[in-house]
Amino acid sequence: MICVAARLFEDGTTCFIGTGLPMLAGMLAAKTTAPNIVLVFEFGGMGAILEELPRAVGEARTYHKGLSALGICDIMETAQRGFIDYGFLGGAQIDPFGNLNSVTIGDHDHPKARLPGSGGGNDVGSLCWRTIAIMQHDARRFIPKVDFVTTPGYLTGPGAREKAGLPPGTGPAYVVSTLGLMDFDPATCRMRLKAVHPGVTAEEVIKNTGFDLVIPGTVDNNAPPSAEELRLLREEIDPEKLYV
Amino acid sequence: MNRVTWAWAARSGLGIQRGSVMLFLPRGRVEAFIAPPGGRGHIPRADSIVSNVTAQPARAYRGPAGPPARGEGEEMELLQSGHGELIQPFDLDEFRQWNREKKLRRLTDKVMTEQEAVRQFVTDGCYIGTELYGTVRCPMSLAREVVRQGKKDLRVCGQGVLELDLWMAAGLVKKLDITYIGLEVYGTSATLRRAVESGQVEKCVEWSNAAITWRMKAAAMGVPFLPARSMLGTDMLEHSAAKVVQDPFTGIKVALLPALILDVALIHVHRADKHGNCQIEGISGFAGEMARACRRLIVSAEEIVPVEEIRKHPDRTIVPYYLVDAVVHAPYGSHPGENAYLYGRDEPGIREWVEMSKTAEGAQAYLQKYVYGVKDHAAYLELIGEKRLRECVELRERRMA
Repeated sequence: MICVAARLFEDGTTCFIGTGLPMLAGMLAAKTTAPNIVLVFEFGGMGAILEELPRAVGEARTYHKGLSALGICDIMETAQRGFIDYGFLGGAQIDPFGNLNSVTIGDHDHPKARLPGSGGGNDVGSLCWRTIAIMQHDARRFIPKVDFVTTPGYLTGPGAREKAGLPPGTGPAYVVSTLGLMDFDPATCRMRLKAVHPGVTAEEVIKNTGFDLVIPGTVDNNAPPSAEELRLLREEIDPEKLYV
Repeated sequence: MNRVTWAWAARSGLGIQRGSVMLFLPRGRVEAFIAPPGGRGHIPRADSIVSNVTAQPARAYRGPAGPPARGEGEEMELLQSGHGELIQPFDLDEFRQWNREKKLRRLTDKVMTEQEAVRQFVTDGCYIGTELYGTVRCPMSLAREVVRQGKKDLRVCGQGVLELDLWMAAGLVKKLDITYIGLEVYGTSATLRRAVESGQVEKCVEWSNAAITWRMKAAAMGVPFLPARSMLGTDMLEHSAAKVVQDPFTGIKVALLPALILDVALIHVHRADKHGNCQIEGISGFAGEMARACRRLIVSAEEIVPVEEIRKHPDRTIVPYYLVDAVVHAPYGSHPGENAYLYGRDEPGIREWVEMSKTAEGAQAYLQKYVYGVKDHAAYLELIGEKRLRECVELRERRMA
């Protein structure tokens, strides 16, 4: 999953990085296919060289050898001006239109489970050009309707983002899960299976998704992690085994 | 000048000042009413007046070169109102008056103990916020003192990790303007779950990180709101106190984020002089905005330096003296969190809270050990011990030579 996410980073772009798995993917991309990406962290760090895995979006590693270390307004306003190309996010639930929930399970005012809240998630999903979600894949997380739309995907379908006032031309690009890689059908804005991870079948992905995925004529196979990708992840990126 | 529809002047009293208030409504309806002197409780809620306003479909994007057609998009029409409570109503002229009367122009000595600062400026029921980014530069010593003094019914601006967990575990929090409260790499906060799911925290109003900071920026600018392109189209907007209008200049939809004026803010810095001139190393998070958006500001500082030190690098002063009401000396003030270039995270210390806070009893035992059981920050540091603090210093991110 991390390798597939890392390969999505386009060299020479600005990428807004959320806590956790996006950090690992960003670090791996910078060390492999995208040495010129500019990593941006919401509390103010820009252009850091990630020698060690940050454990939070504001710690010193997010601006280690960085180009600037300002504040949250600078970064969020930069995204609002249209300068941030990609936003990498996590979430507890996702729906067919790529809407993410990180606020509550159940009714908002009497929740079954209170989750941490939006943090910068809503801003990343609203203001970056394209977003990429990285998630565990199971039928409890990939559901027909999220309990609370925290981070906007395509909302209710084609044109809904623009109708709501979100900047035109923005929206989810990919979802990288533990089972495969999904993109979005341009005509319907619904999630579409693009590729499966090694050893995973399309049927397995379908079975673990709580809504109807768009299944194209051909589903690609993601290349397995290379020896070098694995070495970087194990030895340089996450030697403390926080995630890997 | 074009007619502007001030329908955004919310049910919450947003932007409404004492005296005569005019509400110009769409479709030629004009309503006027007089607010009773000294109180905005009797101002009719704008929602009830404009309930017949139907949301207009969004105008299609005209492309990069398309100027708004003349006569179009020149009215500021209320399209949507969040249903979240405006937990902290505000009055900008009262804030101006406060800054005129209560903020000292002269350089005076504001150094005091954490007990004095919290006793003097934090009151039961106040609206309070902490500035931090995750566990970095979090005003932990001040947060623990708030718990020790048992300040009740706090309304809190919630971008927090350990410090707000402690307040909720101690049962001090009544309402939250919440952005993110969690344990970051260790996942969700069991304390937040218990406090909200049990109803002990009565209200959660949702904001994104940018939205809450821009709300402070609006207050810092002395204006009633800032427009933004976040929050739109989501349940976030519904459960916030923001409003959506059509921008009168370009016709696009924007979310109006109401100004946030805190009663009291807690900020931890690297160095301050006795007058309250503060310098921060590393990223500044939202310290600049919060410091300018509060009535009272308590600063804790790793180091108190002579004013001459500040004057050597005035460009590095993020929070100038006149914003500050109390300066508290707090070495390792962010422990068990970190502070840029000074000390790293005390990971076992943080894990201790993560583990103990899984149950309400565990959380109480932690409070007993690290908060109630020590009389002040100096005693807390003694409890942690020099060895552990030295290890944190060794873990710090070093500046490049």
